[in-house]
Amino acid sequence: VSRRVVGRSKNASFVDRIWGLFASLKLAVIIFAVVALTSIIGTIIEQNAEPEKNLRVLSRLFGESAAPALYDLFERLWFMDMYHSWWFMTILLLFAINLVVCSVERLPKIMKLVKDPVKPLSEDHFKGFGIMREVVLKGRPEKTRDRVISAIKKNTGFNIAEAREENGFQLYTQRGSYTRLGVYITHFSILIILAGAIIGVIFGFKGFLPLQEGKTASTIETRKEKIIPLGFAVRCDDFDVDFYGNSDMPKDYKSWLTIIKDGKEVVRKIIRVNDPLTYEGVTFYQSSYGIVPSSGGDGIFRFKLTSKEGKTEEVNLKFGESFTIPGTEFTGKIEDFSPALAFDATTEKAYTYAEQMNNPAVLIDFSEKGKRKYSGWILKRYPNTWRLPNGHTVEFMDLWGIQYTGLQVRKDPGILLVYTGCITMAIGLFVAFFMSHRRIWVKLVEEKGNTRILIGATANKNRQSFERKIDRLAQSMSKTPGGGIG
Amino acid sequence: MDSSTFFGISTLAYIIAMMIYISYLAFRKPAIGLIATSVTITGFVSQTIAILMRWKEFYEIGRIGILRAAPFTNLYESLVFFVWCLILGYLVIEFKYKKRSFGAFVTPIAGIALAFINLTGMNKEIQPLVPALQSNWLLVHVIMSFIAYSCFAIAFCTALVYLILRTDNRKEPAYIFWTTALGILIVLLAAMGLDYITFRVAAQSHESLIKNYLFKATFFNSSAAVSIVSWLAALGFVLLSWRYGHLLKRLIARYSMDPETLDEITYKSIAMGFPIFTLGGLIFGAIWADQAWGVYWSWDPKETWSLITWFVYAFYLHARLLRGWRGKRIAVVAVVGFVAVVFTYLGVNLLLSGLHSYGSME
Repeated sequence: VSRRVVGRSKNASFVDRIWGLFASLKLAVIIFAVVALTSIIGTIIEQNAEPEKNLRVLSRLFGESAAPALYDLFERLWFMDMYHSWWFMTILLLFAINLVVCSVERLPKIMKLVKDPVKPLSEDHFKGFGIMREVVLKGRPEKTRDRVISAIKKNTGFNIAEAREENGFQLYTQRGSYTRLGVYITHFSILIILAGAIIGVIFGFKGFLPLQEGKTASTIETRKEKIIPLGFAVRCDDFDVDFYGNSDMPKDYKSWLTIIKDGKEVVRKIIRVNDPLTYEGVTFYQSSYGIVPSSGGDGIFRFKLTSKEGKTEEVNLKFGESFTIPGTEFTGKIEDFSPALAFDATTEKAYTYAEQMNNPAVLIDFSEKGKRKYSGWILKRYPNTWRLPNGHTVEFMDLWGIQYTGLQVRKDPGILLVYTGCITMAIGLFVAFFMSHRRIWVKLVEEKGNTRILIGATANKNRQSFERKIDRLAQSMSKTPGGGIG
Repeated sequence: MDSSTFFGISTLAYIIAMMIYISYLAFRKPAIGLIATSVTITGFVSQTIAILMRWKEFYEIGRIGILRAAPFTNLYESLVFFVWCLILGYLVIEFKYKKRSFGAFVTPIAGIALAFINLTGMNKEIQPLVPALQSNWLLVHVIMSFIAYSCFAIAFCTALVYLILRTDNRKEPAYIFWTTALGILIVLLAAMGLDYITFRVAAQSHESLIKNYLFKATFFNSSAAVSIVSWLAALGFVLLSWRYGHLLKRLIARYSMDPETLDEITYKSIAMGFPIFTLGGLIFGAIWADQAWGVYWSWDPKETWSLITWFVYAFYLHARLLRGWRGKRIAVVAVVGFVAVVFTYLGVNLLLSGLHSYGSME
């Protein structure tokens, strides 16, 4: 319930009621529940999917006949893209307001706890402490005082304040009062992250760019099919995939990118998954790859030719072109190629088994002095196919120009804020859960020429470990030379 | 000996330990308790060796950095690691609180997880890492997530036992809650067991068993009669567990477990798990996604369910610390939280899809 004084005018009381509503934990719980429940719907209905997919899901859940009408209803309610819907955004906004109001509401009380210095307490107060110890030392408080102080310093390292009392002293100290703010740091960090996310949505963009080897692009198409100029150009110089052993499971794939600004090449970088390139706030992520349809004519075959005698030469050829092994009259002509060659187990006929460039191969027809000798498949991933029967080698280095690299392109001016929020949250959580506000009061009272020592302590978290510390403190007081009684 | 031998030893040890802990509950002989702890520690040590050996095997096959070859990359490996964290957490609590009876409730969770691995026959092969998973974030993200999951699992056990001990009246909501929850859990496990027995031949792969045959042997059977009987049997079983739940209470109540200690362990486990989950699960996950795909939050089912789980535990903490909720009410929240954890971890991978689809059974 709001602690603000209710104003006299009707207007003020209305504002107050709204404030009170947002300050309540109940609203927070309701918002939590609404976000959670609606989110569940969003995980069952696949977001931004083709209509058929969700129609299938709906007819499985509610029956064939009800599905189309339900789909229509859900579409109207934005359930097919619900996390970007106006009503989901509204809930998140309400959540943010709730968080701000709740924090503002409780902050003054907490600030008082944080800022107020510890004060000496009466003996009655000591009885009420959760952690209470009593020790009796030989000698009057004037004599034992220094020992007690050094014991506290040694065991806790806290700075000690001191008050002279009627028949003795009181020593008191605290540490970590600011840790009570950990919760607020955490709450604040959520707001920072939300702010960063909003900035990203408003001022940033996301898009996908399929870029063929050798091609250059200077615009991006976003998910909402909007064309956005980059202000510079990006070129894909090369693309390559590494596989695990002889399997078709990709181990690593990478693109050689060049950024061109005002006609000059300014940046070159090899990007791979988990290692993007950022230029002028735009980041290019390696996301997928594939073969550009009917691009066979663009392909350039790169071979390294080595003759029996060891003479080498590198050549770049197009489909249908020929090469000569250096220093000989032995020639080869590219007759056919396959991006993913396999041989049928029974007929031994060659066929293409995948639409990706998983196992590129060329069929080469060899001739000597114009006389046809033999032909055979040369596979990029299998060096044993590079060696010819007559001792020459034809190394299949690359087939360049028919693959595209799939780049996820993003500009997000809010990202720095989001990261700041994440770091803030980490700090806030650490402070809130693993640090505590600890206070110690030690009262030295004269009793029949000796000193009775009362130790009272509080910790707002992890009390047990603090209690053990206080036990050690009490022990070390009685152990010091001159020692305790009994 | 390879890693699978040691995994076998640890599985066996945990199942034996579970039985010894339960008989320790029944006979209360310190010697039995000591044997239970020793068997658990044996299982834990052999599991640790197994994980390290698999790490080495993985490293030798994948030829990627040693830190990136952590064997936590598919459902099988993650379940094994979850059990490891859970047992570690339990051993810590046993040594700290000097109480063994609680082992009878934690070791069954380890047992269920390991039985789940064998029952579904999920793929145990070492699979090479797809490029997206080759990141240094993998290790911290997964380790921290599973430490948090284990904390939540322990909180679930203590909260459940707390509820069992503290409810008397059959009409009491908390009693209805825990008896039906326990009943439904057993029914679901039994139904999945039946699916496995009936369709393990028909389902070509284990993923297809879950995806295409889930509850086809019972609730969704093509024969209406079988389906109706299954639903009735399930309902009957849940009713039975409601009717006779107090017997379980009587059994457990004999072994003087202090409800306040249970409540405290629940709170401490959640207070430990929540920040670790937030940081390792949500924040590190978001940073990794940002570096791999350029999207730090994409509302994919795994992320969304993690957020739902996070909300439930955030609610637990706020209700307890701000509203002073104690006892049965707060224990119910801890139990619900773990249901969300299980769904985030298994349900999403098995039933829904998304960026985390590598966590499937294939």
